[in-house]
Amino acid sequence: MSETSKGRFDIFGGQYVPETVMNAVNELDAAYTKYKDDPDFKNELKTLYRDYAGRPSLLYYAEKMTKDLGGAKIYIKREDLNHTGSHKINNVLGQILLAKRMGKTRIIAETGAGQHGVATATACALFGLECQVYMGAEDAVRQSLNVYRMELLGSSVIAVHEGTDTLKDAINAAMRDWAENVNTTFYCIGSVMGPHPYPTMVRDFQKIISEEIREQLMEKEGKLPDCVCACVGGGSNSMGAFYDFISDKSVRLVGAEAAGLGVETGKHASTIAKGTTGIFHGMKSLFLQNEFGQIDPVYSISAGLDYPGIGPEHAMLYKTGRAEYVPITDEEAVQAFEYLSRTEGIIPAIESAHAVAVAQKIAPTMNKDQILVINLSGRGDKDVYSIAKYRGKDVVNS
Amino acid sequence: MNRIEKTLAELKSKGEKALITFVTAGDPDLDTTEKLVLKMFESGSDIIEIGVPFSDPVAEGKVIQAASLRSLSHGTDLTGIFGMVEKLRKQTDKPLILMMYINTIFRFGTEKFFTLCREKGVDGVIVPDLPYEEREEIKPYAKSNGVLAISMVAPTSHQRIADIASEAEGFLYCVSSTGVTGTRSKFTTDFDEFFGEIKKSCKVPAMVGFGISNPEQAKKMSGYCDGIIVGSAVVKIVAEYGKNSADKVGEFVRSLKNAVL
Repeated sequence: MSETSKGRFDIFGGQYVPETVMNAVNELDAAYTKYKDDPDFKNELKTLYRDYAGRPSLLYYAEKMTKDLGGAKIYIKREDLNHTGSHKINNVLGQILLAKRMGKTRIIAETGAGQHGVATATACALFGLECQVYMGAEDAVRQSLNVYRMELLGSSVIAVHEGTDTLKDAINAAMRDWAENVNTTFYCIGSVMGPHPYPTMVRDFQKIISEEIREQLMEKEGKLPDCVCACVGGGSNSMGAFYDFISDKSVRLVGAEAAGLGVETGKHASTIAKGTTGIFHGMKSLFLQNEFGQIDPVYSISAGLDYPGIGPEHAMLYKTGRAEYVPITDEEAVQAFEYLSRTEGIIPAIESAHAVAVAQKIAPTMNKDQILVINLSGRGDKDVYSIAKYRGKDVVNS
Repeated sequence: MNRIEKTLAELKSKGEKALITFVTAGDPDLDTTEKLVLKMFESGSDIIEIGVPFSDPVAEGKVIQAASLRSLSHGTDLTGIFGMVEKLRKQTDKPLILMMYINTIFRFGTEKFFTLCREKGVDGVIVPDLPYEEREEIKPYAKSNGVLAISMVAPTSHQRIADIASEAEGFLYCVSSTGVTGTRSKFTTDFDEFFGEIKKSCKVPAMVGFGISNPEQAKKMSGYCDGIIVGSAVVKIVAEYGKNSADKVGEFVRSLKNAVL
């Protein structure tokens, strides 16, 4: 790679975007570098985190689940309790504060499950910015409640009818919009993906999750966790939950990726299990693709994990063996969705249910004096309809 | 000398502007693409860009997106495209460029790709999602095989133009407007300023593309630089007439050539 190439995680990362947006990417990099350590910026973000988003999020001891699984002591990091219902608000508030400082007046975003879209629409309402959210047409149907939420918040939502009608296609459409309107528009990417500086910047806005886990666990238990589990689509909540522990080698980091109907069926989104190195959406990373580099259609019951790639820092953590990634099928995720609802009275997002499922596998293999933390990235209200449908129940009177 | 450089040198000595046209490989099939390439050369194209279809072409507008997907749905792949180039090389000695996304090169194997370019007779590549900062991804391989990696500048490039233009080889692809490929009814870029900046540091011919769809625009835009690039407008004709599009495309290319002469 070139000496001018920026944002590398081992061989992964970089800035593979059309020339039209290269200056915008560089301006964002410069602005982020300038403001990330700026006291005013940090204070404003900290205040928003506390007074608007409701941080710090709780670290809850899941006693019933711990007893039921009979292994490690289980804690749940309640990102689902943040304002807007997921970890996405952490990143969005940071990016919108930057956009304001850069003088941008229009915000665009992509969304899969709608969590990032809702968070972006929320922050734009708060700061009085024009907001347009791109959502795959299929996702707009499976997450129609979130579409209406975004509209309520004053954003416009464009259902993208192209390719596979899901998250990947929403990103393509957002990138084309950005190329057209780059002078006025800030692209608020929702995950640790895309061209540099996004993977680093989004991780920095999400790393507060692992920083809080460390502090809260030291207070409650006086020690570090032995294992942290999080779901991985593009990988923002998991990077946030892992990051502060990367140098603590005793902490096992486990990502749950979406295995859909099973990794051998061809209907899955298990990028780590089945992906190969490629260059797409601005980054070199692992992707599900064919031998000619055409991006494969992917599938998961979870719109938020239904993506054929993964953030470049995860690709590095996998390659170096620092983190491990486990495929979780739709069936396992739905079972975990129901399990957490009944056991702890917490309805998780179907994305986060993948992390619960992986914890169900790992916790019983651990000792009672060990600690496992599940990052519960979002709440499941948005998924109730589709889970009912999965179980053959029609809960909507039409 | 590379065929691109040779052709552009000849045009320069005659004081003529270049016409570069684009067609998506495999839409509706590779036999038709082969005929279209020959027809376009016969009708006045000086250089032809063959678009390698990609599943997610983020720099393309609707017309080329649709052509790419049609082509892929018929199973077009790089092996087939190299086969077509090999057949074309028995019939023409004019410059051929592959326009493609970096993943289709990288995944195929960058070294193997450029070796095949040399062996089959591809003279250059244009990779819209490979900016200046990442040029080393292909440059050493392209260079060792005598294949030109064409650079792009855009109206948003500003201070980047000097670096990019001074290193450009073959020609500099000047993107007319922000946004993606596809026809435009009007252009809002200040072309005097844009090309003024480009000419300060560019040692190779400068070609303008994105949005040029008729002889009037072709004539006007060619006044600013050394030639024009037309893509979506050709692909649109192919979309309408399919296997029988050669004559229509030929007529259109002829009208463009006459406009820029």
